[in-house]
Amino acid sequence: MELDFGPAVRDFRDELRDWLADHLVGEFAAHRGVGGPTDGAAWEVRLAWDRELARGHWLGVSWPREYGGRGLGLLEEIVFEYEYARANAPYRATGNALDLLGPLLLKMGAEEQKKRFLPPVLAVEELWGQGFSEPGAGSDLASVRTRAERDGEAWVVSGQKVWTSFGVHADWLYVLARTDPDSARHRGLTMLLLPTDQPGVEIRPIRNLAGQDEFAEVFLSDARTGADMVVGEAGQGWRTAMAALGIERGATLLPQQLTFEREAEALLDLARERGALDDPMLRRRIIDAWISVRIMRTTNLRTLAELTAGRTPGAQATTAKLYASTRHQQLGHLAQELAGPAGQIVGEDYGLDTRQRSFLLSLAETIYGGSSEIQRTIIGEQVLGLPKEPRP
Amino acid sequence: MDLTFSQEQDELRKVVRSFLAKHSDEAAVRRLAADTRGHDPVVWRRMAGEIGLQGLAVPEEYGGSGSSYADLGIVFEEAGRALLCGPYFATVALAAEALLRCDDEQARCDLLPGIASGETIATLALTEDSGRWDEPGIRLAAHDTPGGWRLTGAKTYVPDGHLADLLLVAARTPTGVSLFVVDADAHGLTRTPLPTLDQTRKQARLEFGGTPARLLGAQGAAWPALERTLATASVLLAAEQVGAAAAALEAAADYARIRVQYGRPIGSFQGIKHKCADMLVEIESARSAVYAGLWALDGRDDAEIGLAAALAQAFCSEAFTRVAGDTIQVHGGIGFTWEHPAHLYLKRAKSSEVLLGTPSYHRELLAARLGI
Repeated sequence: MELDFGPAVRDFRDELRDWLADHLVGEFAAHRGVGGPTDGAAWEVRLAWDRELARGHWLGVSWPREYGGRGLGLLEEIVFEYEYARANAPYRATGNALDLLGPLLLKMGAEEQKKRFLPPVLAVEELWGQGFSEPGAGSDLASVRTRAERDGEAWVVSGQKVWTSFGVHADWLYVLARTDPDSARHRGLTMLLLPTDQPGVEIRPIRNLAGQDEFAEVFLSDARTGADMVVGEAGQGWRTAMAALGIERGATLLPQQLTFEREAEALLDLARERGALDDPMLRRRIIDAWISVRIMRTTNLRTLAELTAGRTPGAQATTAKLYASTRHQQLGHLAQELAGPAGQIVGEDYGLDTRQRSFLLSLAETIYGGSSEIQRTIIGEQVLGLPKEPRP
Repeated sequence: MDLTFSQEQDELRKVVRSFLAKHSDEAAVRRLAADTRGHDPVVWRRMAGEIGLQGLAVPEEYGGSGSSYADLGIVFEEAGRALLCGPYFATVALAAEALLRCDDEQARCDLLPGIASGETIATLALTEDSGRWDEPGIRLAAHDTPGGWRLTGAKTYVPDGHLADLLLVAARTPTGVSLFVVDADAHGLTRTPLPTLDQTRKQARLEFGGTPARLLGAQGAAWPALERTLATASVLLAAEQVGAAAAALEAAADYARIRVQYGRPIGSFQGIKHKCADMLVEIESARSAVYAGLWALDGRDDAEIGLAAALAQAFCSEAFTRVAGDTIQVHGGIGFTWEHPAHLYLKRAKSSEVLLGTPSYHRELLAARLGI
């Protein structure tokens, strides 16, 4: 995929290309393409790379300058992600703070919070984890039971959070908690910023199916945070959480897209190598895998074009995740099948190659960020206007 | 980046949609479906006279308005939504495009203005009894005689071949595939309408018995132009398929909102809601395939056009068929009746799926482009 975003951003692009050519070298270059939204591989190298980016002033391209950003626009942000993905630089370890917490604070945070928290995010000095899901609150997020009570100038928080990506590395959590004990469901929730370095916070890694300690469970027992650590309004946490989940992730579509395109190319190479193209059944699946990736590309470009033109993205922005996650899984299954018996052998300590890791981790893509079933309900109700299911 | 539509294009869509809502509503579609000719000359003239649809993408020097393929794609999407009957696809997507691609300036000057003004109905006769859309499938013989070129043999499954005033005929001469123009009233030409499963798009069989024909461009050199014509038509057919699929889903969702069973609208059940959501995923993905094709056509990148066109047909054909089938399922018994329009979409889907070659054929075209 070769894209030119026009003369207005050419200087920016060239500056970035030069910087990447100079800095994506050595150990960093050796980790090209490593990592992913749920892939904790080579964490320390990737964190060092994030700090390198921070020194180059490349994080927060569209964030205001007063918080350490470059103060540029969405188009530059898109160019950054595209060139970054094109260079196949390591997946950023601080993705959660850059893509979710930061934009959330920019949208709903108090001025003091922005000043306090955004610069350390861009300097990669503080890492963040998300405290939304609980053992009893997955797709049904409104049933969170973690409680927070006021004690003078502090909030005291108790409960359990789970599936916190890279939670063991987090210095801070943004936590959805019930602050009105008599409330039910969406009412009486509050979004709190909570430091992890205190006795009331215990974070235990959970090993995922690829053998990585990527996500974590978080136990909060009278954990404390300041009264001024509410994002949005107290009691309005549901609205804040929905704002976080609704943050337009247009620019971040490109890295994933280029990864999928590389995988589709690798699939064709593998198919040629294995002589699979003469098998009519496999041949069809291989061509369909390639078609899927091309369709994802155009779908993403449609959304980006609408965003940069200042238009509201169309229905494709809502269907894209369901399509991409499902088709990417099929691609992974097919690649593993084509690899044959050799693809069944792993390295020492369950060391996985790129294909094996991508296949296994793809199974999470239809779960995180709203499972496929939730996606279908959203499409049915919000796009097609179908009636809601009566709730008990 | 120019991968989204402009306000002018939104306006074009609105104009075409409201024109077709008036002139190609369900009653009109059913009337023309039941008619052997399947064509309303009054509406055809208004399409040309009032909104210039036949000449939209014909360059200005040939009497058209020289719009982009993206614009033309919008019109085909809307035509699909309305299940527009008549020779629009045959005339614009096949015949006009073939004239534009062939190497014969004189023919363009002679023939395109009539098409652009809505005076001439035209089609491309390519398939024969084998039903093939590839070069070796063209077997009809053309002979060079002292009185000019003569065609002998048959073409079949020709879209609107019974209506066309002007027939572009692909035939084989000693040096290869050549393109000819044949007048509808030419000597020795017999045209037989074929009763079609999809009554909203008519087909005909053409028999040539030493029929006089005019050679377009150089003898034996027509295949590249035809290949490009078929690529363009593939994208435009895909646009039609997406538009029709979107209309079918709208009907299904409308019904799911009002049909009550177990005391609830059926659209509130996940079984129906999620089926409808999957239909939309198919449609939006197909729409991406179409738009990639339209952008490739406007970008005039030959390699990209071939690839995007094959992809669009491979994907959109199956997407429309699946959506049309599911539309009947969402409707239940009523969707299985002749009275309900759901079957019109299903039949259009099945006929479109093979109109320019099957999805498997297009997958192989794509594979060839990818070098696999």
